[in-house]
Amino acid sequence: FTACSSCPGAGQDVGRSCILVSIAGKNVMLDCGMHMGYNDDRRFPDFSYITQNGRLTDFLDCVIISHFHLDHCGALPYFSEMVGYDGPIYMTHPTKAICPILLEDYRKITVDKKGETNFFTSQMIKDCMKKVVAVHLHQTVQVDEELEIKAYYAGHVLGAAMFQIKVGCESVVYTGDYNMTPDRHLGAAWIDKCRPDLLISESTYATTIRDSKRCRERDFLKKVHETVERGGKVLIPVFALGRAQELCILLETFWERMNLKAPIYFSTGLTEKANHYYKLFITWTNQKIRKTFVQRNMFEFKHIKAFDRAFADNPGPMVVFATPGMLHAGQSLQIFRKWAGNEKNMVIMPGYCVQGTVGHKILSGQRKLEMEGRQILEVKMQVEYMSFSAHADAKGIMQLIRQAEPRNVLLVHGEAKKMEFLKQKIEQEFHVNCYMPANGETTTIFTNPCIPVDISLGLLKREAAIGPVPDAKKPKLMHGTLLMKDNSFRLVSPEQALKELGLAEHQLRFTCRVHIQDPRKEHETVLRVYNHLKGVLKDYSVQHLPDGSITVESILIQATAHSEDQGTKVLLVSWTYQDEELGSYLTSLLKKGLPQSTA
Amino acid sequence: QQQHDDLSTKKLRLTKPSKSAALHVDLCKATSPADALQYLLQFARKPVEVESVEGVVRILLEHYYKENDASVRLKIASLLGLLSKTAGFSPDCIMDDAINTLQNEKSHQVLAQLLDTLLVIGTKLPDNPSVRMRLVEVACKHLTDSSHGVRNKCLQLIGCLGPVEKGVTKEAESQAAKDVQKIIGDHFNDQDPRVRTAAIKAMLQLHERGLKLQQAIYSQACKLLADDYEQVRSAAVQLIWVLSQLYPESIVPIPSSNEEIRLVDDAFGKICHMVSDGSWVVRVQAAKLLGSMQQVSSHFLEQTLDKKLMSDLRRKRTAHERAKELYSSGEFSSGRKWGDDAPKEEIDTGAVNLIESGACGAFVHGLEDEMYEVRIAAVEALCMLAQSSPSFAEKCLDFLVDMFNDEIEEVRLQSIHTMRKISHNITLREDQLDTVLAVLEDSSRDIREALHELLCCTNVSTKEGIHLALVELLKNLTKYPTDRESIWKCLKFLGSRHPTLVLPLVPELLSTHPFFDTPEPDMDDPAYIAVLVLIFNAAKSCPTMPALFSDHTFRHYAYLRDSLSHLVPPLRLPGRKLVSAPVSPNITQHEDPSQQFLHQSLERVYNLQHLDPQGIQELLEFTIRDLQRLGELQSELAGMADFTATYLQCQLLLIKALQEKLWNVAAPLYLKQNALASAAAKQILEETYKMEFMYSGVESRQVVIIHHMRLQAKALQLIVTARTTRGVEPLFGMCEKFLQEVDSFQRCFISELPHMQGSFVDKLLDLMPRLVTSKPSEVVKILQTTLRQSTFLHLPLPEQLHRATANIIEPTGESDNPLRFTSGLVVALDVDATLEHVQDPQGTVKVQVLYPDGQAQLIHPKPADFRNPGPGRHRLITQVYLSHTAWTEPCQIEVRLLLAYNSNRSKASARNPKSTWSESLEALPPSENGIEGTIPFSKPVKVYIMPKPARR
Repeated sequence: FTACSSCPGAGQDVGRSCILVSIAGKNVMLDCGMHMGYNDDRRFPDFSYITQNGRLTDFLDCVIISHFHLDHCGALPYFSEMVGYDGPIYMTHPTKAICPILLEDYRKITVDKKGETNFFTSQMIKDCMKKVVAVHLHQTVQVDEELEIKAYYAGHVLGAAMFQIKVGCESVVYTGDYNMTPDRHLGAAWIDKCRPDLLISESTYATTIRDSKRCRERDFLKKVHETVERGGKVLIPVFALGRAQELCILLETFWERMNLKAPIYFSTGLTEKANHYYKLFITWTNQKIRKTFVQRNMFEFKHIKAFDRAFADNPGPMVVFATPGMLHAGQSLQIFRKWAGNEKNMVIMPGYCVQGTVGHKILSGQRKLEMEGRQILEVKMQVEYMSFSAHADAKGIMQLIRQAEPRNVLLVHGEAKKMEFLKQKIEQEFHVNCYMPANGETTTIFTNPCIPVDISLGLLKREAAIGPVPDAKKPKLMHGTLLMKDNSFRLVSPEQALKELGLAEHQLRFTCRVHIQDPRKEHETVLRVYNHLKGVLKDYSVQHLPDGSITVESILIQATAHSEDQGTKVLLVSWTYQDEELGSYLTSLLKKGLPQSTA
Repeated sequence: QQQHDDLSTKKLRLTKPSKSAALHVDLCKATSPADALQYLLQFARKPVEVESVEGVVRILLEHYYKENDASVRLKIASLLGLLSKTAGFSPDCIMDDAINTLQNEKSHQVLAQLLDTLLVIGTKLPDNPSVRMRLVEVACKHLTDSSHGVRNKCLQLIGCLGPVEKGVTKEAESQAAKDVQKIIGDHFNDQDPRVRTAAIKAMLQLHERGLKLQQAIYSQACKLLADDYEQVRSAAVQLIWVLSQLYPESIVPIPSSNEEIRLVDDAFGKICHMVSDGSWVVRVQAAKLLGSMQQVSSHFLEQTLDKKLMSDLRRKRTAHERAKELYSSGEFSSGRKWGDDAPKEEIDTGAVNLIESGACGAFVHGLEDEMYEVRIAAVEALCMLAQSSPSFAEKCLDFLVDMFNDEIEEVRLQSIHTMRKISHNITLREDQLDTVLAVLEDSSRDIREALHELLCCTNVSTKEGIHLALVELLKNLTKYPTDRESIWKCLKFLGSRHPTLVLPLVPELLSTHPFFDTPEPDMDDPAYIAVLVLIFNAAKSCPTMPALFSDHTFRHYAYLRDSLSHLVPPLRLPGRKLVSAPVSPNITQHEDPSQQFLHQSLERVYNLQHLDPQGIQELLEFTIRDLQRLGELQSELAGMADFTATYLQCQLLLIKALQEKLWNVAAPLYLKQNALASAAAKQILEETYKMEFMYSGVESRQVVIIHHMRLQAKALQLIVTARTTRGVEPLFGMCEKFLQEVDSFQRCFISELPHMQGSFVDKLLDLMPRLVTSKPSEVVKILQTTLRQSTFLHLPLPEQLHRATANIIEPTGESDNPLRFTSGLVVALDVDATLEHVQDPQGTVKVQVLYPDGQAQLIHPKPADFRNPGPGRHRLITQVYLSHTAWTEPCQIEVRLLLAYNSNRSKASARNPKSTWSESLEALPPSENGIEGTIPFSKPVKVYIMPKPARR
């Protein structure tokens, strides 16, 4: 039995997560992401890889989406509507709620702004979402009779989950993206000791061990606070979902704590809708928010208001969250241009910026930017970088492996070089096999599945009664007949097996001759043997039958004189297969001869 | 009909003392197991008298043997346990039967319940080793049962009853003398997690009962740390901790290497590892226990704060390290550039250890945990460890400072308190101070006050630090003016701790200029006062500082020394009249001059016994005035001065009352004049209660005097009543009562009587035989003369005396906006008050609300509403619910705090319960002289409210 997994998308590469797992004859696709970097066919995983010809629905048993980031769910409408898949798609409730918003936004940008054709439509997103089955945390969902899946909390973003996929006693855990340290709005990933055969883990930060979050938070708050006190304006370019909410909560609580009055704005857009869902899915957030939401839902921001274009020119201090996060277009760039000239102001980049964007330029220290129309923009405002990332670092990955105790680990969603390091560490410290397949590569893992067998209670009790008191920690030997019938295994007693199979019982008898030197008459010899056995085998019923034979339980002993040598008597010992133990003991006893002094 | 039956049986029970018969009848009547169960349930609701327990048990047992239904047997078994708990009943007589029932029992549940009963029986017979041995034997026999419940109970029983001393068990029962530890230890590997847990708990139980656990268990327990079940792991952590305390110095090998380490270090490492367990219950447990492992070597201890950072396989410095470096290189707060945290050197991939076996980073993990329970536990542990190790304290500072920004207020508060507790071991770096001070703007008053408290005892290393602290505190002051007192106090300590650091700042702070006169600052500005408090306190131990003061500073000093004497210390200022310096400087060596003054004035009062009445009165009046003034000036003597002043006041009142001419006038004439005397008596009574219950530190010597004064007041009352009432009948009762009180006084304070020569009570006791037999009118006469002749008792002063005070901060009473609410509904009023020197505030402090119509409402705040920010201080934050019928106009209500007392639960009795009189007091019926009352001890605050009529 093997559980194999292949990666059409998320091998040694970040973005375009898509993993195919075949486990005990079931095929499951994990995530269906797109690549942000490409604008052609390469942005979606190569689904033709899955089945060369034939329908996907026939091949795949289910699709599981771990969270709503586009690199994990972006290709879903394309996959289900354009390539064609009608089977079930599983995701958690928050993911199901937020995912279509992001997909729609993505579609708008691609189709409406860039004018691409041959892309999925709004209707397709809706149709696709109809195929989605939402799951709760720790709820075991029976996909079909054998395949079951279960979601665990993963932190990272609202609704992110790790999935355990189980067929029979073989199981795979797919982590998706996860975070082992809690942040201001989400808790830490958690999994029980489920001991899967394979753990598929992301490894974005395979070679990083991060500092505590508190220092970063404190720095961030201090900077914002100082700037606001100076009367400056703070611009924080963010992506609409995920980190933005964390920063909002952070600032909101800080404002509350410190009694600050400066306004905080959030440029609207998707956020409002998404925030609504954040308010609803309180159970998915961290301890503090869950405990206090009765008094006040933390996502009902008191200090954070919707942003209007005109506010940017207002005098006095303010903090503005604006999209997009890399300052390459849109509102954040507009505001940036307005504020860049004043050294009292500050821009805080909370995440990574792609090369070529304004964000990257200012981060690398450029103070003069060439804008479109040959304008030169001088950047006098302070530029700060503050990394708030929600992936597990090397330590976190190790911690999760320690919690789950898998037999094999497979690393995806990371850079090959970094994964190599982590792989080596995992093998060294946990003594488990670790794999890191490239895109399109298939890894086969041999498992050692256990096969459950039904046993009738009667037989179990009978067998358990024999021998020493059962010790649960040790395997125990049992006798019975293994019946393999209609795809099920049963252990039954031999009689029942015969009956069920309609076979006649055959008796197996062993006979053995033992020569004894005894000059006396046959019946005397028999008597001697009888007395001897009676003396030795006190616990057994030894009988002397009138026809001159002896029975010990069901074992028959007869004595005849040797045809040639009358002084030698031949003892014929005969026993059935079931009495093998006693029979062989008897023969060895008789072979030792009779005691001399029995006359 | 059933109902009827029931009633009749109840009646039967009432008339017959024995319950057994009734139960027997009931059980015999029961036709089905369900019926029987019902009877038993009913029976269990009522208590059984000690005498009939045994009979009831017999009947129950009888039914037990007959019963086929397991549920009924189960109930009977549990009843047996309940019954044997009855106080005064010795269950050894039923033990044999109980053990017998075990033999034939088939049901596992019933078996478990029976074992539970045996456990109860065993615990009731603590000094009977043979019974215990037998029970343990029984338990051992059932350890092989297939049900986890039974095994569980067996282990519990062994744990609770197993022999603790080896010697006792040696005798006849040789096979039972088997090592209990081994038996329990064998079940560490049971298949059922519940049994494993029970086994560990039994082991811990044995430890608690004083058995020294064997070290061999350690390795077994270590294996259990990797158990699948959290309750097992949690118990195992505890067991390991116990063992590490028992055998800290033994040596254990490190697996997979040849090295060996101390057991306590090994255990520490293992428990640290559990701080990153999957279950938060275990994490809390582990984090808590870490705090009490103080024998661990410093090397391991410091590892707990260690976390190696890396990025792309290159070593990275933590923010803490960077901050430290910045600080030491002198360019503090340079603002961070991108790439400032860029990774430095490459790391050898082989050397990185991602999962540490030892203590590495345990606290780093614990402090970052997602559950605040774990974080609090980690902070507490950090606190305990840092208190015992100064070097660790220095190291954990960064982490504690980080915790000041936790999202949960409790955690923030806890870490501030922790920092305060370890403050003697640490000096704050400037960047750390900066972070600490940032919290001053917190909107929570608790946090700010805790922080002020912390700053009071913090060591700051540089003058910039002091300046920073001052600036931030002033900022705090402008933002939250209510923090005034707390900030001043904080600056007082800050100044007196760092005189040399304040010195160079003085010109800047006072904005003096070498050539120009600067304008005189506003004396009422709280910020300016704050600066002056800092400077004057620093100047106390820095004689060169006053030279830098300008003229108005000296004037302000004089003013502040007078108005805020508790914040401004006496200074010896050169070239000026000593403002409040001691009269004769040479005695200051031994005693504080004000203390001296106190004693001197008291001596004066006590010595001048035989002055003319007028003179005595005047002297008393002056002394009282002096004392009150002294109390205002010297905060540390305030309690003492007030206490004595009150006492003298009582004496004065008594003297005045006795001096009244009315005593010589014929009875009918002074009917209206007696007002003074009776009022005096009443006031003395009140004052004595205040003296007894409002001061902490009152010793029994003082209590006697107070009681004595009270007795005198009562005598006075009696005399006045006798004079004013016609007829003898009411007097009989009063006299009797008074004599009873004298009697109980004698009984209570018998040991103190020799010290009271010539006092009222002394004389009274001499006359006692006469008093008892004489008529009320005669008694009154005798009392009157004794009262006049008796001498004035010397009040010895205790070491420390503090008056309980309360100050209502919220509501402020300044609002002109009435609190409007619909009549008939309630409105919640937030009350915030500080209490000082109140013992057991949870039990004694009440809130009183007085409505304009005279209606008074007494509110008992919840115990959770009291916080304890420091020794001797409490803070009450509560909500008071107000309601009233509709008014036409807004009106003011009064809110005040009361101190409830009960003269029975006298404080002295709590303090020295061994003294003879408290024992005799216990014998007295409590209602005899238990006077409950309340003392108002805060200024009333007026709140404007307006109940509106409800709209229809």
